[in-house]
Amino acid sequence: MSQAFKLDDTGHDLKWVGTRPVRPDGVDKVTGRARFGADLHLPGMLVGRTLRSPHPHARIESIDTSKAEALPGVKAVVTRDDFHDMPSEFVPAGEMLVNYRDILRNVMAREKALYEGHAVAAVAATSASVAKKALRLIEVEYEPLPHVIDPVEAMAPDAPVLHGDMFTAGVEPAPDKPSNVSKRVEFKLGDIETGFAQADIVVEREFNTKPVHQGYIEPHACVASVSEDGQADLWCTTQGHFVVRSHCARLLGMDVSKIRVTASEIGGGFGGKTVVYLEPLALALSRKSGHPVKMVMSRDEVFKATGPTSGANIRVKVGATEDGKITAAEAVLRYQAGAFQGSPVQPGCMCAFAPYDLEHVKVVGFDVVTNRPKVAAYRAPGGPISEYAVESVIDELAKRLRIDPLDFRLRNAAHEGTHAAYGPKFGPIGLVETLKRAKAHDHYGAPLGPNQGRGVASGFWFNIGGETCVSLNINEDGTATLMAGTPDIGGSRASLAMMAAEELGIAPEKIRPLIADTSSLGYTFLTGGSRVTFASGMATVEAAREAIKEMCARAAKIWEIPEDAVVWEDGHAKPAGDNAGDFDPLPLEDIARLAGKTGGAVGGYARINAQGAAPSFGTHIADVEVDPETGAVKILRYTVLQDAGKAVHPSYVEGQYQGGAVQGIGWALNEEYIYDEDGRLQNPGFLDYRIPVASDVPMIDTVIVEVPNPNHPYGVRGVGETPIVPPMAAVANAIENATGIRFEELPMSPPKVLKAIGEHGINGANGAGR
Amino acid sequence: MARVVLTGNLCRFTGGEAEFDLQAETVRSLFRALSERFPPLKPHLEHGVAVAIDGRIFQDAWLEEIPPGSEVHLLPQIAGG
Repeated sequence: MSQAFKLDDTGHDLKWVGTRPVRPDGVDKVTGRARFGADLHLPGMLVGRTLRSPHPHARIESIDTSKAEALPGVKAVVTRDDFHDMPSEFVPAGEMLVNYRDILRNVMAREKALYEGHAVAAVAATSASVAKKALRLIEVEYEPLPHVIDPVEAMAPDAPVLHGDMFTAGVEPAPDKPSNVSKRVEFKLGDIETGFAQADIVVEREFNTKPVHQGYIEPHACVASVSEDGQADLWCTTQGHFVVRSHCARLLGMDVSKIRVTASEIGGGFGGKTVVYLEPLALALSRKSGHPVKMVMSRDEVFKATGPTSGANIRVKVGATEDGKITAAEAVLRYQAGAFQGSPVQPGCMCAFAPYDLEHVKVVGFDVVTNRPKVAAYRAPGGPISEYAVESVIDELAKRLRIDPLDFRLRNAAHEGTHAAYGPKFGPIGLVETLKRAKAHDHYGAPLGPNQGRGVASGFWFNIGGETCVSLNINEDGTATLMAGTPDIGGSRASLAMMAAEELGIAPEKIRPLIADTSSLGYTFLTGGSRVTFASGMATVEAAREAIKEMCARAAKIWEIPEDAVVWEDGHAKPAGDNAGDFDPLPLEDIARLAGKTGGAVGGYARINAQGAAPSFGTHIADVEVDPETGAVKILRYTVLQDAGKAVHPSYVEGQYQGGAVQGIGWALNEEYIYDEDGRLQNPGFLDYRIPVASDVPMIDTVIVEVPNPNHPYGVRGVGETPIVPPMAAVANAIENATGIRFEELPMSPPKVLKAIGEHGINGANGAGR
Repeated sequence: MARVVLTGNLCRFTGGEAEFDLQAETVRSLFRALSERFPPLKPHLEHGVAVAIDGRIFQDAWLEEIPPGSEVHLLPQIAGG
């Protein structure tokens, strides 16, 4: 059976959960002691480097490494020939099945290079300069092929086909020719024709978005060390070291037990560090050379060879009555998957209309392969794209019906009992509360000046649980050590320690939370899907309760009374029932001190598959000012209102809200992959790929709404994904309010805004313009 | 009996049936019963399918009980970033 906590399980007033203690990893990070992916150095360590394809699409005729291998200082070279081919085998990986055959080909190209930057060989050498020289000595003979990057162009009948064995799934009849469309998915409720017939007004628009990168500051990095007896240690920056272990074991034909993976501190991931790139190469190079091998990507490699999210084409059509009730909604999504199938189009379909209570809805999605890096997850994968388009159309409907956009959403908002557009009923959810709090917020009524505009948008993400292990050891002095298997990317060590403290009845600073390596805990799914505070928190509570049960048993032995006559309160074992008052309460530290005499060390261990994750909804308010001379859009004020269920450490929840909003603002205004006609990325660096910096945005205001998740002992919902969903539409709606221009393409960068102003002029709701 | 509702592409493997009653006490027995009734559906239940029981979503939870009269939705699994 899965875990089934009730909210009132805690049964006492909260002492630590909901407070803001100093983070346990803070000192190491601000003093530079924290060790990230590139910070490990081992004796005899070699430098690994990767040779990458200059072509977006090319057949690899031959690879000659002989000259590189003969170069003094080169200890190993690996190519496709060093990896056994994998059969086509799909394994579950969240919202998509992954195919090891594809993972292998993404890690190291085999028959074809499918994007600029695709790895074709790797070397390990005694220095970076030797490794670089060796790469130049590797001779690769390519046959360049026509390429395609845009998803709509890739769906055309005459488009260059990336995979000759890809036949579109999900269509009838089954196609007899290969194409770049890996699958078609469809979700529907009711009958949209009936719904549109009931509408007084219908708005239909087509939108386009560009690929955007997760933009983590720390590049991918790892150190691999394989011994002569085949035992391997791998240190890497990752969101899921157990998943890294699984993938590497499969790709290299090794036993899982032979590979121990340690997750370094992580300098950002946002979904992009849930897959493997360098790790199998470093292991293969170490195995071949007999030395430890470190590999660190350059920023250029991060942009060219690691997963940005999809670019997309989206058509949305929504009908409503004059009094503002939506009667039908339809969307068609075409998402880039990159070089291999597996875009987040399916969750994009499921998210598109999730904030609304709809009777008639239909969403169709297409997963389209193109000659750019394979897509990797990025916060709320798929959701931001589809919900941007939907929330833009919703805003237009509200405006044309002369209804306040928050009121329009309130009239149609999903609530407890609503059947989501993707099927099941929602339990308790907080969308309506976020909308009401937004309406009441002083931001929403604040005056605007000339060329300024205000926009709102709502957003949704499912959140997940999953396989999770936690170990909690009570130390001999009454402190505790907490080991989790979920890398800490957003403050989870603090929140887990706080939940353990709440259960044990000791202060959080008495608990040292650590991220254990893969040989120290049972399998634990990665940090993603906003699952860690929920799932690892649930496991932490279970481990703590196991430890408490044992401590009560030890107290019973000391007192020589039955175990069930002891209760745990505020860090003490206390006699209860007929024995109440017979003994002084026994504090945790005394039980720990006597543990050796009462049976040995005390602790708890939880191995769960956490179920009952509950979605989080948010609503954002954005104020912008558009410069009619340059087309630049300035964010004047921004407020995030989101349901957290229960904020264990409110500062971290606020940080997630702020970080997601700023990433979404970057997606809205500046960020995009720009390719030339030859299919080569033109802006693979932070100078030309412009993510927002502190001076680009105001302080992001936050409002934490708390509608508890009844399936978690403290009411927790995941919060990390949802905040990136509303910003693109909130900003687009604000720009429309400022200029009267509805933008249908992201990013809304200065050249595009200036061009639109030149064509349409500024006719905003708040005056000025030109 | 549970009321089973299929969402998305799974209806392609049931001859278009999207909503029906089925006897199943657990998620695993639900999958068995669905596989027996709709053999083409079987391979699609082995990986990547989540089950919502009265709105609460379960992923990879074979032993989860399905109370009588439950509304059960099958939908794609989700992960996230």
